[in-house]
Amino acid sequence: MTPAAEIDVGAAAREALIDETLRALDAELIGLEPVKLRIRQTAALLLVERLRGQAGFSADPPSLHMCFTGNPGTGKTTVALRMAKILHSLGYVRRGHMVVATRDDLVGQYVGHTAPKTKEVLQKAIGGVLFIDEAYYLYRAENERDYGQEAIEILLQFMENRRDDLVVILAGYKDKMDKFFQSNPGLHSRIAHHIDFPDYTLDELMEIAELMLRQQMYAFDSESREAFREYLELRVRQEHFANARSVRNAIDRFRLRQAVRIVGRGGSIPREELARIDAADIRQSRVFQGGPKGVAA
Amino acid sequence: MRLTQGTFSFLPDLTDEEISKQIEYCLAKGWSIGIEYTDDPHPRNALWEMWNLPMFDIADPQAILHEVNACRKAFPSYYIKVNANDSTRGRETVALSFIVNRPAKEPGFRIDRQEAAGRMVRYTLHPYAADRPTGARYNGAK
Repeated sequence: MTPAAEIDVGAAAREALIDETLRALDAELIGLEPVKLRIRQTAALLLVERLRGQAGFSADPPSLHMCFTGNPGTGKTTVALRMAKILHSLGYVRRGHMVVATRDDLVGQYVGHTAPKTKEVLQKAIGGVLFIDEAYYLYRAENERDYGQEAIEILLQFMENRRDDLVVILAGYKDKMDKFFQSNPGLHSRIAHHIDFPDYTLDELMEIAELMLRQQMYAFDSESREAFREYLELRVRQEHFANARSVRNAIDRFRLRQAVRIVGRGGSIPREELARIDAADIRQSRVFQGGPKGVAA
Repeated sequence: MRLTQGTFSFLPDLTDEEISKQIEYCLAKGWSIGIEYTDDPHPRNALWEMWNLPMFDIADPQAILHEVNACRKAFPSYYIKVNANDSTRGRETVALSFIVNRPAKEPGFRIDRQEAAGRMVRYTLHPYAADRPTGARYNGAK
């Protein structure tokens, strides 16, 4: 059979559910423009690659190992999960599951323990995505005989020889990852995609909070929205601010205070009151009292 | 004489694709899979050597097929089987077991008759391959 002269790209894209997946990505992930751009590029590349294969051009599946860098709570894990689904719907990985590993899962305790341990994790990830969180802990520069080096070597070998079988995503904070790659140049060159996750702006954090509340079926009223904005402005400047994660924790605490307020008052309340976060729930936060430095409550 | 132990052993040898599909079935059932090998074909030889540890929490059959092929490479003329273990009853029980590799030539078995007291006859099965030490059976290949 000779390949068709005309190729319906739109139909192929629809078939692979690309638009749908990308739209869900846009709706459910706030901000992160550079990340979304890269995902869109990757999706397009994989689709074209597949069409090229069907049309009789040489199609060499690209290497898709990635590195996500960014501050805490910028969505690295969430995006990695999405990535696994996208790669699966594009047929790049066979299963689309994600295995999360940290140093403890890969590096052994004694001589000869590391290799089987790393291989076991890699085997579990075959057909999907292996997400290594805080990857820089694999390498301990201060200890020459650290078994982390061995884990990295096995990882490298797998990433090179069995790229059809799995995609490795390394994640961590930017500065530490840079240092990690400096001491492991082989690893750096084998990862084609380095994606940096920017911090969220205040508006994006507000949107994230609204989205989280909506998902949990709560809502701000106009006063509490204003209060939350002030809360964020103060909180961002304090220590240990972890972007979306801090927002999530803050919301959990607002829910606690709301519950206490409702129970404390007793009596009967309108139905909507159960879903409403009051400005008082927010303003009780220690962040407003100039809080003890570095600790949010 | 073709050794017929385990499931599918009366069928022609499974192709890699067929093996992969069987493994996929096992994984979908939540069974963990172990690979074992031996060069002693006696039917009472129930405990074969383990190739690595049984593999738990595997998502993709390719991971196991890769190990099967690694085992074949190391022991090309041995019997190799895939065991799937079901743990739903609280212990790992073999739910499916099939041979995925066998020597090119299988010499088979002979029956030995031992005459015992009072005209009693004891029968025993002896694999021809077992005449040689382990490792040197089946064309002396490793």
